[in-house]
Amino acid sequence: MAAVAAGVGQQWVLVEMVQAFYEAPAYHLILEGILILWIIRLLFSKTYKLQERSDLTLKEKEELIEEWQPEPLVPPVPKDHPALNYNIVSGPPTHIITVNGKECINFASFNFLGLLNNEKVKSAAQASLKKYGVGTCGPRGFYGTFDVHLELEERLAKFMRTEEAIIYSYGFATIASAIPAYSKRGDIVFVDEAACFAIQKGLQASRSNIKLFKHNDMADLERLLKEQESEDQKNPRKARVTRRFIVVEGLYMNTGDICPLPELIKLKYKYKVRIFLEESLSFGVLGAHGRGITEHFGINIDDIDLISANMENSLASIGGFCCGRSFIIDHQRLSGQGYCFSASLPPLLAAAAIEALNIMEDNPVIRTMTIKCQSISGLKVVGESFSPALHLQLEESWGSRENDVKLLKRVVDYCMNSGIALTQARYLEKEEKCLPPPSIRVVITVEQTEQELDRAASLLKEAAQSVLN
Amino acid sequence: STKPDRLQEINHIVHNGGLYKRPFNEAFEETPMLVAVLTYVGYGVLTLFGYLRDFMRQWKIEKCQNATEREEQKDFVPLYQDFENFYNRNLYMRIRDSWNRPICSVPGAKVDMMERVSHDYNWTFTYTGRVIKDIINMGSYNYLGFAQKTGACQEAAAKVLSQYGAGVCSTRQEMGNLDKHEELEKLVARFLGVESAMAYGMGFATNSMNIPALVGKGCLILSDELNHASLVLGARLSGATIRIFKHNNMQSLEKLLKDAIVHGQPRTRRPWKKILILVEGIYSMEGSIVRLPEVIALKKKYKSYLYLDEAHSIGALGPSGRGVVDYFGLNPEDVDVMMGTFTKSFGAAGGYIGGKKELIDYLRTYSHSAAYATSMSPPVVEQIITSVKCIMGEDGTTIGRARVQQLAENTRYFRRRLKEMGFIIYGNEDSPVVPLMLYMPAKIGAFGREMLKRNIGVVVVGFPATPIIESRARFCLSAAHTKEMLDTALKEINEVGDLLQLKYSRRRLVPLLDRPFDETTYEETED
Repeated sequence: MAAVAAGVGQQWVLVEMVQAFYEAPAYHLILEGILILWIIRLLFSKTYKLQERSDLTLKEKEELIEEWQPEPLVPPVPKDHPALNYNIVSGPPTHIITVNGKECINFASFNFLGLLNNEKVKSAAQASLKKYGVGTCGPRGFYGTFDVHLELEERLAKFMRTEEAIIYSYGFATIASAIPAYSKRGDIVFVDEAACFAIQKGLQASRSNIKLFKHNDMADLERLLKEQESEDQKNPRKARVTRRFIVVEGLYMNTGDICPLPELIKLKYKYKVRIFLEESLSFGVLGAHGRGITEHFGINIDDIDLISANMENSLASIGGFCCGRSFIIDHQRLSGQGYCFSASLPPLLAAAAIEALNIMEDNPVIRTMTIKCQSISGLKVVGESFSPALHLQLEESWGSRENDVKLLKRVVDYCMNSGIALTQARYLEKEEKCLPPPSIRVVITVEQTEQELDRAASLLKEAAQSVLN
Repeated sequence: STKPDRLQEINHIVHNGGLYKRPFNEAFEETPMLVAVLTYVGYGVLTLFGYLRDFMRQWKIEKCQNATEREEQKDFVPLYQDFENFYNRNLYMRIRDSWNRPICSVPGAKVDMMERVSHDYNWTFTYTGRVIKDIINMGSYNYLGFAQKTGACQEAAAKVLSQYGAGVCSTRQEMGNLDKHEELEKLVARFLGVESAMAYGMGFATNSMNIPALVGKGCLILSDELNHASLVLGARLSGATIRIFKHNNMQSLEKLLKDAIVHGQPRTRRPWKKILILVEGIYSMEGSIVRLPEVIALKKKYKSYLYLDEAHSIGALGPSGRGVVDYFGLNPEDVDVMMGTFTKSFGAAGGYIGGKKELIDYLRTYSHSAAYATSMSPPVVEQIITSVKCIMGEDGTTIGRARVQQLAENTRYFRRRLKEMGFIIYGNEDSPVVPLMLYMPAKIGAFGREMLKRNIGVVVVGFPATPIIESRARFCLSAAHTKEMLDTALKEINEVGDLLQLKYSRRRLVPLLDRPFDETTYEETED
């Protein structure tokens, strides 16, 4: 009985099916038919592997491993490579410096305010050494925050008239950690061609889109900004989440000139881009009190989103700092790689920086830098008149970069033998985005007297004449 | 039965044909299932409350405490994404007082801390002005106790400071190469047993600036899963292809090496220019020691190069304090690039790289740090010189040797006692870094605070430095810790462990850490 019922049930389902078949529209049947044929074709077609891996036997693999020869870990460096043989400085690198055994006047160290040898700075560092020892034995998060660090951060913030400051234990790492903390993959950064290597490494670590504009050329920058604006109009949704930044230096290390900050501020508000300012050379040098390029131009410091500087030039210590509004700076305390994953600054160096800052505040130094080497045949001076770090480049290149470097080395050696310590500006030729031409770096400090400046200028004239003619 | 086999696996005495001259006792315990579930539940509750508070802040029911954008820039693209900061606002902020604790004395075995209170649940802190004195310091990296304000090292550093000043104001290649730096580098080379060495001002920067100088496009980097951020950054900046092998897992490493040589570069099939293996001596979050004899055997078999980062192990391991190479009794010339830092065991700051003369000459010319970064400060250099001489015994005393032995004893004692108490401790028996597992988010804050009440300073670590459910407290032992200090600390840890129910151990040990890892940290730039 149940079997009959089941059989009837089955028949009934079959009838329904046949009915549905007859009632279905034609296109539906054709489509289903095509699909079924396609499935049958796929089932019977040849299978192919996604990766073309020829299956090697074990013996073949071992042979490949035997045969493979790697390159040597490092290529050999020729013995006379200009960057290999360092100058050895015996004793402190102060105004009178002993280089390679010879006493010279120092025109090569970035000791702009002469604070390297200052007795008050040294005694502040000594007091700190007696209290804390040398190292901090930990990063800022794990018992590496000392009261000296907090004091230095407060003092710097007060001096620069910003809300907050954050210090790093290494000058290079300051801007190289600050940029990737804010700018990520997909964001856009407009950066000057002559930006220093630390900025380039920060940009590389950030994985953002980099757009270079010609050095100090505001028209070129505006062109790039306008291009970006038209891109944004095509894709407004993406534009709403893409952050934009401009990275410039106050006083450029590679060219010795300043950036046109008032025009940059105008562009900032017109195109809604944030400005990051790198002030390693201009901190302590520009402005009535040494507050940098913002004071020099009289710009409201809140208009600049982030100011980064290192304490290794004017403050004659080690390390760097960033300052700005708390909204911006506080973020680096958890996402600045050089801050979170690295030991904090040794307290004696922080104490030295605090004392140097005190001295800077009490005696604002107005220095008149005069370039005495305007008329040296064969060499031209690159840099503004008030820049303490200038470059002397060859007026005409003598063929290749190698030849130019050799020539400049002879000029430098001539000067060193006669008691003026100079150095060539060193770059990593293969790593720089826009390699500056070879040059001699000349640093003007407050400790140099008029006679010494005159002597240096005349010596350079002599050297240029004897070497280049 | 399983017990003797497990024991043999863990004590690698006869493993790998006698590569190990001493027992290698490394073990990790599996997370108990109930604890894992409760931890996820804990995070779930915190996340819900986080959403609730964000909702209340958005609708102005609750006052918004964090800093905001300028009025003039409100129409700029927002600098931070809201969800990026969710963890920061709602989870990290609750227990923020466990980190960034300000101290005001030398970071030795005992330290003075500035007391700070918060009246608005950790959004802002105020200093009461009181100083909490003599907290037992189990958090600073002071392995050999050279963080001192008196003694030979400090006196020598003071003399150099008065002679040279604090700064240098120039780079190594320009006018910043002092005679002190040359002296230091010769000494470090002698200490490590290599031909030549070079010193840099920052340990982090040593990795991030020199790995790009050694390898580039067309090279392969094989990096351990748990490598430090500086190694990750250096590998990314170099532009080489990066492949990750499981933590301390030699089978995983061998498989990657074989595949790399046999199949060559992806898509083009060209052979790799060189292969660089990046490992650390001691991994500071796990407390594990690298299986160096096996790594060197593999490196020789497959003709690759080894970069060993001894940030935590130099000075802290080995019978004469010369690091993990000394610990295993191997030849330092087998390691191609020996890198380390001076921050931890030498009480100073900075890093070094040691190796063959060709390598160091190349780095002198092409390292980013030599060309663009200021050289080391002279008093710091003097501290390193004095402490290295002390460890080597060249200052005429046996202080160095005594400290190395004291640290080894302290390590064994501390780890044994903690294991006996029933806590889950990760890592190798000889590693002075001792991670104690907490797991649950609330216990992170509670442990830090309870220990501080009892005058012991500890370091607690949570997400993102560790996987989300594996939060831990990490103790760093020091040769300066006396047995009394350790006993006091152990008594308090025992008390707090009972109070917070931290004694999870069921004594089921496994020799290797086995967890899924995240490859996205190594996404490369498309140039």
